[in-house]
Amino acid sequence: MSSKLTTSNRAGWAFAAPGIVLIATFIIVPFFFAFALSLTNQRLISPNPTQYVGLQNYRDMLSVSVLRLAPEHDDAGLIARDADGAPVYPRVREITRNPDFPQYRGMREWFRVHTGDTAHVVIARDVVFMKALVNTVTFVLVVAPLQGALALGLALLVNQKLRGITVFRAVYFMPVVVSIVVVSLLWRFIYSPDGGLLNNLLSGLSFGMFQPVNWLGNPDTALPAIMGMSIWQAVGFHMVIWLSGLQTISPTLYEAAEIEGASKWQTFRYVTWPGLRHTAVLVLIVITMQAFALFAQIDVMTRGGPLDSTQTLVFQAVERGYGKQDISGGATISVVLFLMVLTISLVQRRLTRERA
Amino acid sequence: MAAISPENHGLRLAVRYAVLVLIAIIFVFPLVFMVMSSLKPDQQLLADTSSLRAFLPVGDVSLNNYTKAFQRAPIGLFVLNSVLVTGLTVVLCLLICSMAGFAFVYLNWRGRDLILSVVLATLIVPFETIAIPLLLLVSKLPWIGWEGITIGWLNSYRVQIIPWIADALTIFLFVQYFKGLPRELIEAARVEGATWFQIYWRVVMPLSGPVLATAAILKFLVMYNQYLWPLIVVQQEQYRPVMVGLQYFFQLNIAWGEVMAYLTMITVPVLAFYLALQRAFIASIASTGVKG
Repeated sequence: MSSKLTTSNRAGWAFAAPGIVLIATFIIVPFFFAFALSLTNQRLISPNPTQYVGLQNYRDMLSVSVLRLAPEHDDAGLIARDADGAPVYPRVREITRNPDFPQYRGMREWFRVHTGDTAHVVIARDVVFMKALVNTVTFVLVVAPLQGALALGLALLVNQKLRGITVFRAVYFMPVVVSIVVVSLLWRFIYSPDGGLLNNLLSGLSFGMFQPVNWLGNPDTALPAIMGMSIWQAVGFHMVIWLSGLQTISPTLYEAAEIEGASKWQTFRYVTWPGLRHTAVLVLIVITMQAFALFAQIDVMTRGGPLDSTQTLVFQAVERGYGKQDISGGATISVVLFLMVLTISLVQRRLTRERA
Repeated sequence: MAAISPENHGLRLAVRYAVLVLIAIIFVFPLVFMVMSSLKPDQQLLADTSSLRAFLPVGDVSLNNYTKAFQRAPIGLFVLNSVLVTGLTVVLCLLICSMAGFAFVYLNWRGRDLILSVVLATLIVPFETIAIPLLLLVSKLPWIGWEGITIGWLNSYRVQIIPWIADALTIFLFVQYFKGLPRELIEAARVEGATWFQIYWRVVMPLSGPVLATAAILKFLVMYNQYLWPLIVVQQEQYRPVMVGLQYFFQLNIAWGEVMAYLTMITVPVLAFYLALQRAFIASIASTGVKG
């Protein structure tokens, strides 16, 4: 790189050392520390010495089994049915507490599916963790593509040559500079079941046909409501990244497309999109990382509820590591989270590289 | 194809602007609602949400909510804490990260390329995955202060500042920027016998206005909006920043007028700052995207 300059070990280290020491101490050490702690029973404050427990924390969180339950039969040999006519099944508790099945001890029902009369009950050792895992993955899978696409749409919109376009650009970006904590509290009011702006708006638009919804209080709508708000807050950020990608595409390519008589879609498909490949990787990776880190919205709006429908990995890591002082439990979740972030960014990088 | 007539052109232009304005409303309405609601008593605030009055300063408008918010929480203290922590971190970050960037670009030292790649690899580690082990770490770190050596950094300013000073993104921004500066300037200064520190301070820094602005804006946004970290390392009111101070306003029956007043107070200065420097803000975010 700097072949013409003489070697300057002392000056080099002197300039770089403060930054390197800080990054090593406060990022790299805790990063490896997380792996180490996840193999122990470390607590934040504890009179007992810390012990090595191997992969026990991982087993406690990730163990999942399926129980196949046949319906119970009544004295006449027919399938027993309850008042609604649904078959009656043995209680899961009878199996997880049965000394004959020590492998199921301490597990709880997570969800069940039926095939014919058989119930397949999925039981997990740590149901809250499993829900947090599924919610986090769902959040990422919905938010990353949706927010990426909306941000690209906005970028194309504000990339037009129109008078005053910079004003719109500045306005669309505005929520990005507002803290997510402020935004979450503000939207808690917008989503509120009585007198909330969203319900009032929807009932106004539908001339009173719309029935008010308790957006954050209903397990079916709470996570989607948080997704919507998160996209609203962050989409301007990614709009700007797309915009900087758009502006690297040479105008002569667009002129050529115009001369060839390309339609708007063709121009996008064959000129704009290929020019945005690097930006696309970056936008996807950044959104994915931000989405996996979902915490403040949950802490301010729902605290994981209702019925654990908005539990997330980071919320659980903080709840355990800080709230319950269970550092090793929090560290284990952190490691799982990091491995997921790493896998997804490697996959995204690989996919876009192969296509190129 | 028929030529586009002037009326047709005018109509299309109107449609374009209509779309732009509609989207702008989506991004602005919660913020306008926040400011307007902060001026109204709770009863009126709730009643107004069923009409456009929610976005207008009408009815019983006063600053009462602000007075009451100040009575509920030591807001001045929180603001002071946030300004102190944010300001010090930004200044130290610019200094330390620019020095590191300088070493990575202009100096030849053993281990340089390996260390740069390790530093950049930390970009993929989200802070949320190291927060819990870092909490344990800072709870055990020693500190030399007025009272001699103490153990544990919890409940202090330093725990909010020191771990945040150096970060890979800021170092990366400086490295990118320094690579684009003309190398001859540094070599000329070297030939004239300037020390490395003089070159850094007198030659490179004065040319680094744009990257300093970018890095300062990004760091400012991160630090001022900090939530998770101060939440877990600061329990004493004395050191709390504004975002954690919000918790004084969560309760069973939320007094929404006061909440809106508090939100307005901690948000409007940042928004004003942003609107004054919006080109620089947007350029900062864009510059994180030109990695290729």
